[in-house]
Parts: sequence; structure tokens; C-alpha cells
Amino acid sequence: MEYIIIIISAVFVNNIVLAQFLGICPFLGVSNKVNTAVGMSGAVTFVMVLATIVTYLIQTFILDKLGIGFMQTITFILIIASLVQMVEIILKKISQPLYQALGIFLPLITTNCAVLGVAILVIRKDYNLLEGVVYSAATAIGFGLALIILAGIREQFELAEIPKGMKGVPISLITAGILALAFMGFTGIVK
Amino acid sequence: MNQLQNFTKGFIKENPILVLVLGCCPTLATTTSAINGLGMGIATVFVLVGSNTVISMLANLIPDKVRIPSFIIIIASFVTIVDLIMKAYVPDLYETLGIFIPLIVVNCIVLGRAEAFASKNNVLTSVIDGLGMGLGFTAALGILGAFREIVGSGSIFNYRFIQGDGILVFILAPGAFIALGYLIALVNRMKKQ
Repeated sequence: MEYIIIIISAVFVNNIVLAQFLGICPFLGVSNKVNTAVGMSGAVTFVMVLATIVTYLIQTFILDKLGIGFMQTITFILIIASLVQMVEIILKKISQPLYQALGIFLPLITTNCAVLGVAILVIRKDYNLLEGVVYSAATAIGFGLALIILAGIREQFELAEIPKGMKGVPISLITAGILALAFMGFTGIVK
Repeated sequence: MNQLQNFTKGFIKENPILVLVLGCCPTLATTTSAINGLGMGIATVFVLVGSNTVISMLANLIPDKVRIPSFIIIIASFVTIVDLIMKAYVPDLYETLGIFIPLIVVNCIVLGRAEAFASKNNVLTSVIDGLGMGLGFTAALGILGAFREIVGSGSIFNYRFIQGDGILVFILAPGAFIALGYLIALVNRMKKQ
């Protein structure tokens, strides 16, 4: 039951993009087409869960043990950056189709604040490892959901007449605002 | 380009948020009031100036291949300094900004200026660039924060000028997206004329 609450909370109620404002850059950047949005969500899910596991272990067994919690930011960003590199190299070796599907998105993920954000949030919320994994996977699904919905709507914009100044980023932001309004309807499902 | 132009380009012509649309996450999340927006902006200015200074000094010593990781470590060090200072001296603001203080490290503006400017220019020019860009960022955050505070809670810098509630949605998440969307649209429109 506890895990179900974490999942519903992370996907709908506290959606990472629409309620917590993390990962806005890829949200606006790769939401032109549904296909790229799906690829990006896949890559984010993979890296986010992996990064959460590694950073959690490092935090518990190295930073906390040695009492150097203030090194958190530096350590985490380095771990995520090298993890992304490693995933890229391994994927290239073992699975060519997967690499072609996710490859171009991987370098972008290093500077995706959602990945670092979730790693820090798991520590701040005092989750254990399993809760952390469930939370990060659910958050990534929430990210994918928001991204794919926005991409679906933006594909329709090609047929719409949009004022010149509104084209591109402004109309996407306003659409995201209306989406966020819709997601606010989920408030109250989880305490 | 003289130093004055170098300083002022961050305000309008190359404003990081309104024109380049970089660093959207803290922009949307921390502008629930003018003070929060300005606090976030000033923290970013500090990191930007500090990292630009150090990177422009070390640019010739860092091998090209490990350039980006080295920049990230330098930036992360300054972020840690800001994090600890704010925790000690402005605990209330630190609590409100929460996770967005450590997340300055992945703010595209900071790494963007390091890569595009500080690694190619001398110390003084880089410091001025960092200051200009940072203050442009702060100004945009301040404007957005002030707008959301006035419309959303009917107050400015915590000074209330109406009775009862404002249009609450502007303080909440959807208002952030919509307000920034219209602000960028306005800037686009002004640029055309």
C-alpha cells in the first residue's frame, strides 16, 4: 500500500514537471514529436533509476559514514555525469538498436536537473533503497507522461494558426500551464 | 565589443531567460514572490561570477578533453559554498528555495557561459560577462516574481495592498507556466518592432 501511494503521488499528484518544475529544458526541447518524446522518456527512466541506486549507496556508505554530507552536490553530479557516459558506452557495445533509440538523448541527460533532483529528493525524504527505486521509477513515468501528452498536443499546433510572437516556447509554456491546471485536479487523492 | 556592451547584453539582447530560454526550472519554481525570485537570482549571480573567474584563469591549464567535467567540478564547488552560506545566514529563504539551491549546478546558464565565454576570454571580461548575465537572470526572476506576487496574493515584497485573496492560481504551478509564457511572448513581440 505504501508503495502504491508513492507511485500515485509521484506520477499524478506531485508530477515532477508540472508540479515540481524539474526537467523543464527537455520538456520544452524534445516535445516536438511523439516519437522523440517516447525515446527521451525511456532514456530518462533508465538513467534516473540507476542514478538513484548508485547515489543512495554512496550517500549511505561513504558520505554519511565519513560525515562529509556537504560534498553531496559535487559527488552526485560527478556520479551522474560518469554514469551517463558509462551507460552510453555499454549500450553501444551490447545493444545497437537500443543505442540508436536512446543514444542521442543520453548526453542531454547529464544536465537534466530532474535526475540530480530526484537523487537529492530521495535522500531528503529519508526513503530506504526500495522506496527510493519505486519513487524514482514512478517519477520517471510521470515525466514521460507529461512529455508525451505535451508532444501529442504540440503536433496539432502545426495545423493551428498561432500569433507570431506566441510561436515556439511561449505557446508550449501556456499549454503546459493548462496541463498543470488539469493535473491539479489530482490534488487530494494522496494526503 | 567594449566592456559596457559586454555588461548590458545580459539584460535585454541576450537575456538568459527571456531570449535564450535557459534555466527555466528555477525560474518557474522560485518566483512565487519577488523576494524568492531575487534570492534565487543573487545566489546564481554569485556562482556565475565565481565560476567564470576561476574557469577563465584555468582555461589554458585544463586539457580540452576533460574540459566539461572540470567545469562541472568548479561550478559544483561554488554551489556548495552558496548552499552552506545560505543555510547559515538566511535559513528561511534557504528553506523556501529548497532543492533549487543545489540544482544551480545543472543550470544551463552557468555551464553555458563557462563553455561559451569564460574559457575563451580573459578574467576581467569573464567577470563582467558573469555579472551582466547573472543580473539579467535576476532581473527576469524579479519581474516574474513581482508579477506573480501582485496578481496571485495581492502584495509586493510582503506588503499587502488588498483585502482577502488574490488570483490564487498564479502562485500555484499552472500560473508559473502561463505567466512565463506570456512574458516571453511579450518580449518576442517587442523584438519584432
